[in-house]
Amino acid sequence: MFDVEAVRGDFPILQRTVHGKPLVYLDNAATTQKPVAVIDALVEYYEHYNANIHRGLHTLAEEATARYEETRAKVAGFVNAPATEEIIFTRNATESINLVAHAWGRKYLRRGDEIVLTVMEHHSNLIPWQLLAREVGAVLRFVDIDDEGRLLRDDWERLIGAKTKLVAVTHMSNVLGTINPVKEIAALAHQRGALVLVDAAQSVPHLPVDVQELDCDFLAFSGHKMLGPTGVGVLYARRGVLEGMDPFLGGGEMISKVTLEESTWNELPWKYEAGTPNIADVVAFGAAIDYLRGLGMESVRGHEVDLAGYALEVLGRIPELVIYGPREAAGRGGVIAFNLGDLHPHDVGTVLDSYGIAIRAGHHCAQPLMRRLGVVATGRASFYVYNRRQEIDALAEGLREVRRFFGRATHS
Amino acid sequence: MPPIPEPQLDDLYRELILDHYRNPRNRRALDDPKLVGEGYNPLCGDEIEVHVRLEGGVVSDIGFTGRGCSISQASGSMMTEALKGKSLADVRSLIAAFTRMMTDPDDSAPPAELGDLEALQGVAKYPVRVKCATLAWHALEEGLRQGGK
Repeated sequence: MFDVEAVRGDFPILQRTVHGKPLVYLDNAATTQKPVAVIDALVEYYEHYNANIHRGLHTLAEEATARYEETRAKVAGFVNAPATEEIIFTRNATESINLVAHAWGRKYLRRGDEIVLTVMEHHSNLIPWQLLAREVGAVLRFVDIDDEGRLLRDDWERLIGAKTKLVAVTHMSNVLGTINPVKEIAALAHQRGALVLVDAAQSVPHLPVDVQELDCDFLAFSGHKMLGPTGVGVLYARRGVLEGMDPFLGGGEMISKVTLEESTWNELPWKYEAGTPNIADVVAFGAAIDYLRGLGMESVRGHEVDLAGYALEVLGRIPELVIYGPREAAGRGGVIAFNLGDLHPHDVGTVLDSYGIAIRAGHHCAQPLMRRLGVVATGRASFYVYNRRQEIDALAEGLREVRRFFGRATHS
Repeated sequence: MPPIPEPQLDDLYRELILDHYRNPRNRRALDDPKLVGEGYNPLCGDEIEVHVRLEGGVVSDIGFTGRGCSISQASGSMMTEALKGKSLADVRSLIAAFTRMMTDPDDSAPPAELGDLEALQGVAKYPVRVKCATLAWHALEEGLRQGGK
């Protein structure tokens, strides 16, 4: 049984109040809170073995290098990557995707080649491809969604064709919560000779993800959305693909032999990690992974299915509340986007904040999806390991208060 | 759950603001506007278009269209009311005074020329909402720039 109260005890920030109310933090799709183990790991690094890595001959450098590389091994294990050198540390999922667009895309894509995306992509899995397409003359194609925010199978089966060089798709929508059939999409893409990039920023933190089972070529995610510090992203890439790519950023660390005229590149994965990396945050990210492994990702997923199901039920009873995305908790993650009548999400968010309830309001870096849904913006509540059913009750009650608050204006 | 913390929220959502939100004034496009300006808030996707008709250097009619939150809509509505009949010099002076009120929350006494617009002063304490309040005003400024005057 998932012990949410015990989990909550590990997160110091949950003790604080906001506007005199207990914090109800429901903005986990944006970033998650940090357990004390992660905060301690950061402090421990700076207090005991802060040093630059990979080059120093002294004890501190060796310790820091060991801990940094230890996290790489933990990440590889966490997503079941076949080899540790297939894990590259970046600043965030956005940088991971940009790395692929630059280092792989610019080398292999030509005029007329196609990249298949979906209308539900976060800007981070859209703009890098727009930039690349403009540069090399590639064409972007988009898979549409049905009324419940699921990808249209007919669409992706039709769009992934002989000209497709890459399919870049989100594993789980940061707005709709839809969990996409990435494994099936990857199988078709490979059959037709394309590579597959999975934006896993919303899936790796919330469900068991196995890159070998998905059979994807690239997988990108961010540490801060899974209890880790900000400033650490991950790119998993298949070894064979990584070996055929050019470097992303040039500088220290990523080289082997340098003359004034030319250079050769370091081995994987360091070829793609130019300059001093974010050592402290990578080390502390290792503590976040330990924490999640301790809970077990199956349990984390089970807890969130429970919360999502409960939220769909409780929020579904609020008059005039429109919920976007799949109606069944089993096919979606713990992300619920909604609108309350014709009230603007910013107004909803501001009033909820006065109750200490933190949600996101806006376009969620998915403007094309907003347009597809026919809205300017939505509110969004998103859950994680420390959220409880009573916080969803608080959200529901808060939303009723929002209606009362703005309703008042018409009668005064 | 306890009632809404009134003083705090009411500082932002003054009755006058809610009234303009529910019953926006001059919420329409003009047939033959002299100036047209668009404002866009990338944070929330809100858009406002402001139309101005001038006669003898004076705002003879003004309207706005678009969608947005209560603050942006109320601010647009109140702006159009405040500007009707004003000279372009007065319009510029009002834009400056309003912008100052929004960007300097310590400026405790907004100038009298702002009139009802003073109700929006509380927004300055909510940094993410300031752009909502200034959206219509930026659209107006854009219109003035495009008008080349």
